[in-house]
Amino acid sequence: MTNKDRLRRTMLYVPGSNPGMIADSMIYGADSIMFDLEDSISLKEKDTARHLVYEALKQLDFGEVELVCRVNGLDTPYGERDIEAMVAAGIHVIRLPKTETVQDVKAVEILIEQYEKKYGLETGSIKMMAAVESALGIMNAHEIAHASKRLVGIAIGAEDYVTNLKTTRSASGIELIYARSQLLNAARSAGIAALDTVFSDVEDIENFDNEVRLIKQLGFDGKSVINPRQIPIVHEIFTPTEHEVTHAQAVIEAIKEAEAKGLGVISLKGKMIDKPIVDRAIRIIELKKASR
Amino acid sequence: MEIVKSSSAGTLDSCDIQIRIETNEIGTNEIYLKSVVEMQFGDQIKSLISGVLDKHNLKGVTVNAVDRGALDCTIKARVESAVMRALGREILEDWSVIHHDK
Repeated sequence: MTNKDRLRRTMLYVPGSNPGMIADSMIYGADSIMFDLEDSISLKEKDTARHLVYEALKQLDFGEVELVCRVNGLDTPYGERDIEAMVAAGIHVIRLPKTETVQDVKAVEILIEQYEKKYGLETGSIKMMAAVESALGIMNAHEIAHASKRLVGIAIGAEDYVTNLKTTRSASGIELIYARSQLLNAARSAGIAALDTVFSDVEDIENFDNEVRLIKQLGFDGKSVINPRQIPIVHEIFTPTEHEVTHAQAVIEAIKEAEAKGLGVISLKGKMIDKPIVDRAIRIIELKKASR
Repeated sequence: MEIVKSSSAGTLDSCDIQIRIETNEIGTNEIYLKSVVEMQFGDQIKSLISGVLDKHNLKGVTVNAVDRGALDCTIKARVESAVMRALGREILEDWSVIHHDK
């Protein structure tokens, strides 16, 4: 199942054309699995990938992991069939590629609703995620994030974005600072998740580690990963330290104690505790639980 | 239904199955299977393939399958793809024909 608030530290990319990777995808502990029908699939295999992902969703047990499918755009002959197949299979989240406008989101939403009715699913049960991969999409990120109640998150796709900017990706990520910040604020203003882009060089652990620390500090919920080896690195960085957990537990206890005594103003070790501190404490406890 | 062309789907990679479909002259369906698990699962794999052919009311087709340890879901998917291609419907297929509850 899925909802707006679940943990999304890692979203593992799985090409929809590879039955071995699909079958193994649930064993690596990613919070979400994203089956790709778009860029990683050649035009000649769009139909077979769609069948593979459909049958896998119908027959395999993926446990509690969130299941996402990146469909082809509606400007291709494949987009609508992808959406129909994924709705029929009961995917949790449909991820739109290359989202640039509110209309892109609305057009997919209409089709999802149409196929929910056709296949007897509750209206609104299939969620959406929008990937923003261009300067226009970044400029419209706020409107995109608010475009549908089905949206559980928005993500940045950096490879297409930096090409659109006429630059390349660097180790520091300086070229993505504006886009990441814009996307993050758009997501937070809509109360949905913000997901960071992939890091393509699976051998470069040092720079991957640096990038994960950067996006965590910026405020992202998590990151798309292209190799299972990247998952434990992200999870470790997103796992709170013992000090953070101890403090969070103390905050929660102080709140409970104050509520029991009917106190309006709450303090811990002489420092006032207000709502943002409580919200952060709850988030830390959730992250700690998820890391077990 | 009648197939309009020979077709194939799938690869010879591990965990996959390659399916080739063509018409035959005898009017009934024939399935030839090579599999690394033929002794244990040969009948089950043929039954899965046969089930998809029956669902599409196909008669008089020969299926050549080379299995590399594919799961049931992969077998069904590859046969569905090969059938749709053989029917010439791989682009504008009606998904409700393929959709099943289990």
